[in-house]
Amino acid sequence: MKSKDKIQYEKDAKPLRITGAEALIRSLEYQGVKTIFGYPGGAIMPVYDALYGNKTLNHILVRHEQAAAHAAEGFARASGEVGVCLVTSGPGATNTVTGIADAMIDSTPIVVIAGQVAASTLGMDAFQEVDLVGITQPITKWSYQIRSATDVAWAVARAFYIAGSGRPGPVVLDFAKNAQLDMTDYLPTKVDFVRGYVPEPEMDDDAISEAAQLINNSKHPFVLAGHGIELGNAVEEFKTFIHKADLPTGATLLGLSVLPSDDPLNMGMLGMHGKLVTNVKTNECDVLIAVGMRFDDRVTGKLSAYAPQAKIVHFDIDPAEINKSIHVDVAVVGDCRKTLAAVTALLSQGDHSEWKKSFEPYIKKENDKVVHPELHPSKEFMTMGEVINAVSEATSHKAILVTDVGQNQMLAARYFKYSSPRSILTSGGAGTMGYGLPAAIGATFACPDRTVCLFVGDGGLQMNLQEFGTIMEQRAPVKIILLNNNFLGNVRQWQAMFFNHHYSFTPMMNPEYPAIASAYGIASRRVMKREELAEAIDEMLCTDGPFLLEACVEQEGNVLPMTPPGSPIDQMILEIK
Amino acid sequence: MENKSYTLIVHSENFAGLLNQVTAVFTRFQINIDSLNVSASSIPGLHKYTITACTDEESIEKIARLIEKKVDVISAHYFTDDQIFSYEVALFKLSMSEAHIEPKVLRIISQYGANIVEVNNVFVVIVKTGTSEEITALHEELQKYHVVLQFVRSGRVAVTTSYYEKVNEFLEKRESDYRLTHKS
Ligand SMILES: Cc1ncc(C[n+]2csc(CCOP(=O)(O)OP(=O)(O)O)c2C)c(N)n1
Ligand SMILES: [Mg+2]
Repeated sequence: MKSKDKIQYEKDAKPLRITGAEALIRSLEYQGVKTIFGYPGGAIMPVYDALYGNKTLNHILVRHEQAAAHAAEGFARASGEVGVCLVTSGPGATNTVTGIADAMIDSTPIVVIAGQVAASTLGMDAFQEVDLVGITQPITKWSYQIRSATDVAWAVARAFYIAGSGRPGPVVLDFAKNAQLDMTDYLPTKVDFVRGYVPEPEMDDDAISEAAQLINNSKHPFVLAGHGIELGNAVEEFKTFIHKADLPTGATLLGLSVLPSDDPLNMGMLGMHGKLVTNVKTNECDVLIAVGMRFDDRVTGKLSAYAPQAKIVHFDIDPAEINKSIHVDVAVVGDCRKTLAAVTALLSQGDHSEWKKSFEPYIKKENDKVVHPELHPSKEFMTMGEVINAVSEATSHKAILVTDVGQNQMLAARYFKYSSPRSILTSGGAGTMGYGLPAAIGATFACPDRTVCLFVGDGGLQMNLQEFGTIMEQRAPVKIILLNNNFLGNVRQWQAMFFNHHYSFTPMMNPEYPAIASAYGIASRRVMKREELAEAIDEMLCTDGPFLLEACVEQEGNVLPMTPPGSPIDQMILEIK
Repeated sequence: MENKSYTLIVHSENFAGLLNQVTAVFTRFQINIDSLNVSASSIPGLHKYTITACTDEESIEKIARLIEKKVDVISAHYFTDDQIFSYEVALFKLSMSEAHIEPKVLRIISQYGANIVEVNNVFVVIVKTGTSEEITALHEELQKYHVVLQFVRSGRVAVTTSYYEKVNEFLEKRESDYRLTHKS
């Protein structure tokens, strides 16, 4: 299988006679891996034995394999490196599946290494055998079963190359036990070419000049910034691009930290719970320029009513994204770091002051109707927005934001602010409740110098609550802000708006969260009143290590504005009477 | 958009599990595969899939892109019927007792240019190579005489009418690009 890959061996390296399991450890070290999230079991024991006493690899023992996958995702997203997780076969492996699917749809580079029964017993329903390759093929960039120890170095090298290059994504290595135990002649190995795999399509000069021409001639341009800009390490190129031509910009959920929040061209989030102004201007601009984003339905709303007036330019590294849901006029495929620079070189200095002025009424309208009431409420109970805003300010907008899924996620995305890239970790495409806590753990290992703030709901926290154990053991300094509304709030909001207030199984009885935290030795504080909020946040940020701040917020708060599903994206509801 | 018959030609590495990945893309789009043939290709080590499906151009294009995106798929291109030479093979097992009393059946066999490859006193086996339509027509003719004991047809196999061999060019370009970037 490896015959056509280009394989580089370390110069002057002498083959080492070691087991496949040891070869795996060496291969991970050779890839520069420092941190692994994992959980042992029968079919991966030889690897765990090879890890025993290892000084290079920091193995973080999670409390559930799903958390290992999400922690690897959080690590990858915050660091820009490939996240690694190590699990056993059967249930250990299937527990990672949600994380793998999440990483696939959010283009997050992780390598999941799972034990597997010995090759000789494959297909015999051996203890803890599952067809992991079969299960994960549709949700990975590459899924491969290592059946022989001689394959290990190559398979790991190929896995890291594929996971991290081009449009990143998850790779699964299903590691048969015999291949872990057998001896092999190990050589440090790198793969940098797989003939069927084109990580970076070639830039098309015609498309570059067409794009530049459209932008230069545009009177009312509008830019959509996606996660791909961070993935492509093109943040600086992107800033130069928009500032040279004076292009106002909206951001996808995953692209929120591409621009600092205070960049004058940053108009905020797009989509269902985004800013009124970004959605309105999407449907008013004459040229819409999308960079590293995939026109998700939460961004576009009703497709046939999405920017019908605009010429659309789409920058993406993945040719399969072009014309997938939105027909575009110019497709600029390639690495956006290069394509943006090439287009920028052809741009004339722009000044769109008039056009930008037309944004103001919509910003004001939303501020009056939505933002002000959310951040300065007159009601008794705290809103999620005011808690989020206060935390963001207390961290001088420098923290890494991790969210779970639900109202907590949408409001955190709306009210948290950013000063540097790779500062928002959230489950976008999959919307995986339970993502937040383990992803935040992963982020603390990726960026030990940054504050990591997790906003999570009472529903989502309980989906991976067991990770309090990991936090306790590692003293992982996650600042957990539990936005407790005693509801599966996001679903409740939809029930209120679209299902006649039938609160079908969304009210939830909650435990004493501080008591749980205290059982795990995690400092905590519960806040019921806004007068206590600032002080509690101070206490949280001044406490070394992890902290749980339970904010008891209004029970039936709504995330607004909102474009109802299936509506044109600019038809936003600003208030519910 | 109008539905048409498209032939998708895929070249991939010869690895286990790839067929699954290729067909899974069709499943995701809820599009039926009309015929599927997998064989060696002119390039050593590469497999060639010839897949026919009736769909619109937008769908077949998306399917081709998603298949091509698989790491070990080299290329996927779709063609309309006028862009390829295509053939199928069919085998018919005909009941002898009926056939020998029906000279018309023999006439049909020769009219259609089918070959008799086995005759015994119980049955006759004939082979027909031709287009989809010819094979369907022959099948329908023979059915009228109630002689068909078994019928099977292969997937379509096809070669393009173009003067360019896209896959070879792609692979050569990949190699030369690699050499370029790794010299500097
Ligand atoms: C694993 C999973 N199950 C179910 C859902 C559907 N869902 C989306 S938001 C939500 C409610 C979340 O409640 P909570 O965590 O309390 O957050 P809130 O919306 O109240 O902030 C649910 C059930 C989901 N996104 N993920
Ligand atoms: Mg809740």
